[in-house]
Amino acid sequence: MMAEKERAEKETIRVLLVDDEIGFADILAKRLGKRGMTVTPVYTGAAAVKCIRKNDFDVAVLDLKMEDMDGIEVLKIFKKAYPEMAVIMLTGHGSEQAARDGLKEGAFDYLTKPCELEELVEKIREAARSAGGGSIGRN
Amino acid sequence: MAQAKEIHNGYYYSLTRNILLVIILVAITPMILVSSIILYEFDVSYHEKVRAHLEELVLKHKHNIDSFLKEKLGDIRLLAQSFTYEELSNEAFLRDRLELLQQNYGPVFVDLGVVNSRGLQVAYAGPFKLGQALYSNAEWFQRTMKSHYFKSDVFLGLRGLPHFIIAVRENYNGDSWILRATIDFVAFNDLVENIRIGETGFAFILNKKGEFQTKPMYDLIPNKVPYNDCFAECKDCKNGVCFMERKDEAGNPVVYVSAMLKHGEWLLIYQQKASDAYSDLRRTLRVTIAIILLAGIAIVITGFIVSRRMVGRVAEADREKELISEQVVETGKLASVGELAAGIAHEINNPVAIMVEEAGWIEDLLEEEEFKQGKNLDEFHRALGQIRNQGRRCKEITHKLLSFARKTDSTAHDVQLNDLVEELIALSEQRAKYSNVAISTDLQPDLPSIRVSQTELQQVLLNLINNALDAMEKEGGSLEISTRQEGDHIAVKMADTGPGIPGANLARIFDPFFTTKPVGKGTGLGLSICYGIIKKMGGDIEVRSTVGEGSTFLVKIPIKGGQEPTADA
Repeated sequence: MMAEKERAEKETIRVLLVDDEIGFADILAKRLGKRGMTVTPVYTGAAAVKCIRKNDFDVAVLDLKMEDMDGIEVLKIFKKAYPEMAVIMLTGHGSEQAARDGLKEGAFDYLTKPCELEELVEKIREAARSAGGGSIGRN
Repeated sequence: MAQAKEIHNGYYYSLTRNILLVIILVAITPMILVSSIILYEFDVSYHEKVRAHLEELVLKHKHNIDSFLKEKLGDIRLLAQSFTYEELSNEAFLRDRLELLQQNYGPVFVDLGVVNSRGLQVAYAGPFKLGQALYSNAEWFQRTMKSHYFKSDVFLGLRGLPHFIIAVRENYNGDSWILRATIDFVAFNDLVENIRIGETGFAFILNKKGEFQTKPMYDLIPNKVPYNDCFAECKDCKNGVCFMERKDEAGNPVVYVSAMLKHGEWLLIYQQKASDAYSDLRRTLRVTIAIILLAGIAIVITGFIVSRRMVGRVAEADREKELISEQVVETGKLASVGELAAGIAHEINNPVAIMVEEAGWIEDLLEEEEFKQGKNLDEFHRALGQIRNQGRRCKEITHKLLSFARKTDSTAHDVQLNDLVEELIALSEQRAKYSNVAISTDLQPDLPSIRVSQTELQQVLLNLINNALDAMEKEGGSLEISTRQEGDHIAVKMADTGPGIPGANLARIFDPFFTTKPVGKGTGLGLSICYGIIKKMGGDIEVRSTVGEGSTFLVKIPIKGGQEPTADA
């Protein structure tokens, strides 16, 4: 029983969703939650940085264009504090250069906003598997 | 518009006028100045020349007349001194002497007479019967008795014919006697009448009373002011000749040259109308003025043509400038609209994303059991699908808008245009078949490669091909794509046989958001994006279209140079 429960917990991918567009972050969190992920939405770069110090996440979905902090800066902090966590970047159309910079900084991949949900879910699963060393890597 | 054109015309008109004025002023002023100076100098020297010539002429004749009179007087004096009073009182002897004189000098001496101290003519030889005539009251007799000799004025005398007398007084046995000779008026007159110059120049002799001593050519009224002036002036002359100009009754200037004869008793006057005397000068003046006039007309005509031509060039340059500035404005408009559109696209992206996700969330929820039995479930799915589709369309539009401002890949590569065209035709082949359009190519082999962004050029050409296919979708037709090297650029021509573009739309087809496609089918951005891309490459895109015949798009891309694409992507 216990083992099964643990396993189920481990299968749950913990996602940190960072987007300053509150409505988008919330609905995305709900939809990802319905697909079996534990999603923590935060709405500012600063909040995201705080979260990363308290919690343990498998994947971060990070909007590169936020009002308070540059996404790349947040990415650098994530990678420094928690290198195992995979980061998926969301960029606006035409700002792929920033995303490419992000890849150099160690991000897992990027998606262009607005993106298809299934695409995002697939990317998150891939990222979780690759970041796997931690909780869910071996299932 | 019409007003602006009027202002333009006014501007060019005044420009033409100013240029014309400057040309005329610069060309004619020096010409007139130089000609005036030369004419003035010529006038002065010519007047001097004429004056010197006439003075010399008159002086020569004065000497001739003087010496004629002196000679005749000498002849008579010699005769009086060579023979005695008795000898000469013999009429036969006197007649012999007269014949001798006439043999020597021609018919100058008309007659000879010997007059005693009481004025009685004791002997006479000549054509008239004047023997025993009494001259005691005659002026010449009285004057001769006072001095040794006398030359009379011309008078009619007893015979009623004009003549003048030369008389010499001699002494014989304590009493005076006079040898008198009549000089033929005609012979004397010839001396003066010979002076004839031009049409109006002639000479005559006046005595102190203003009576003619020779027969003038024209009817003249002596004693007139000019002749009195001649007398007055001549008294002060140093060289014996005086020159003056006076106006006659008609107001025409007349030249008078006069010289004293017979110790101031007679005056030789030469007169000529100034217009005649200076006729050469007048002719030169007329020719000069004619030349100046002709030159002036030539200058005005040349100036007119040159100024018209220059202003034509200026107007052409202005038109080109206007066209260029229109293009600049167009490009600027595109750029600013592009920036604006990019901003809007960014802003719209997020709400659209939220809407699409919310719709997705409803779909997620509809999966749950409690909704599965819902009466309108299908309707919900359809509506949500529609929201998703429309959201996707919004995304496409915003992506296109963003492409307008930022290119996905603007790095320049060496591109083989023919290869690119063939790739694109292969891509469009299916669609062309479906639309019943035949695509043909006429590609110039061995085109040099061009250094541009391949994706951008691809976007432009694909857009044009797609537009052509769209245009011929209903009726079918043909699309001919040709490539040519034209000087320093490569031209791609796409000629379709579609319905063509009406003139009113032709001017706007490169404007952003201008579309003739039904709502929802076109964004109106395709051609303005093409325009922006080609302009950035340093090229040009043109369109020609005839309604009912088709449209031709001509894209020109420079082989070298052009703007280096920025790598800010």
